[in-house]
Amino acid sequence: MSAAFAAIVRRDLRLGLRRGAGSLQPLLFFVIALALFPLGVGPAAEVLERIGVGVIWVLALLAVMLSLDRLYQGDAEDGSLDLLGLGALPLELVALAKCAAHWLTSGFLLVLVSPLLAILMQLPPEALGPIALALLLGTPTLILIGSIGAALMIGARRGSALLALLVLPLYVPVLIFGVSAVEGEVMGLGGRAQFLILGAMLLAALALAPFATAAALRLALE
Amino acid sequence: MSDPLLSADGLACVRGGRLVFEGLSFALAPGEALLLRGPNGAGKSSLLRLLAGFLAPGAGALWWHGRPVLADAAEHRARLHLIGHSNAIKGALTVRENLRFAVAIAGAPATLLERALAGFELTALGDVPAAYLSAGQQRRLALARLLAASRPLWLLDEPDAGLDAANRAHLTRAVAAHRAAGGIAVIATHRDLGLAAPQVLELAA
Repeated sequence: MSAAFAAIVRRDLRLGLRRGAGSLQPLLFFVIALALFPLGVGPAAEVLERIGVGVIWVLALLAVMLSLDRLYQGDAEDGSLDLLGLGALPLELVALAKCAAHWLTSGFLLVLVSPLLAILMQLPPEALGPIALALLLGTPTLILIGSIGAALMIGARRGSALLALLVLPLYVPVLIFGVSAVEGEVMGLGGRAQFLILGAMLLAALALAPFATAAALRLALE
Repeated sequence: MSDPLLSADGLACVRGGRLVFEGLSFALAPGEALLLRGPNGAGKSSLLRLLAGFLAPGAGALWWHGRPVLADAAEHRARLHLIGHSNAIKGALTVRENLRFAVAIAGAPATLLERALAGFELTALGDVPAAYLSAGQQRRLALARLLAASRPLWLLDEPDAGLDAANRAHLTRAVAAHRAAGGIAVIATHRDLGLAAPQVLELAA
């Protein structure tokens, strides 16, 4: 069973790698969109610093969401979903494996570049660690929640707009606690409680989202 | 005749509020094959998905060894291959990588992999990205999954689509060997595959 889990992760990573720039889209979107802000609102440090954390979080949210509609769509279109549905691995774990691979090629890369982008947004040095940590806890949650929407959208044409409507409201708690965790650390108020809540949301998503996703995948398999 | 391995009694299928078929019954002993015939839209693919456990029957029951199939769906899906219309192939992966993934997902050891490639004349294409294969070659890669992981129930939806005469013969031989080993094949096809003494189920539109 763990071999099948690893096989899915390895395959999706390999597919991402062979698609080249295509799989870097979330990261590129994140970086380029963020780079527009100093140009749009002006380079004044106090303005950027004020909005920096929020902007980084909102863009991370959008970057993750934009890449989600292909999470199961490709497998559904070419019949691989049947294969996964008949495999040794329960669909709940299939969903988890797909999310893990997807996080490695999207969320994880966002975490890695986030300190750099925090500097671009003129955030103080003490914000760099917290923002990476917050994204590390938050982006897997975003992907797990989005995975439910992506599985429901299988077969829907032009599903990405619908996916946004479905998923973005569910992202609000992650956004609120993600931003306030970092700002709490920066202002010296401490963000421990918010980080714990982010962690709790991740654990809840890990426990629940695979079941909801698998139910949606079963509908798609009918 | 020995006890039936797979049997259906009064199966009905409802899709999108429309009755596709009803009252289907059959019994297959080890080594038997069932050909599904009927015009487009008669429900051949739906019946295969129903037999695969993806679709719950609207009425009727399905047994494996006298035990209801839906009682343990996980056990059921581990004993069958479903080759549908789409080939479940990733163009960016090589032929061998595609097959290795299918075997890993099926939870089978990779020992039969090279034999399976040879069985459909794919050995020479093993390291070619599947996107460069012709439609017939892609179909053969999909069929090679049947040989790469050994499972007793084969559900094949138009398996010969795009195959040339030589490879249709490979398919016929593979099904014959599968039946000789006690397996069952349910095949939806319009053409004569030259199978020995199959049962035939006519589905009306």
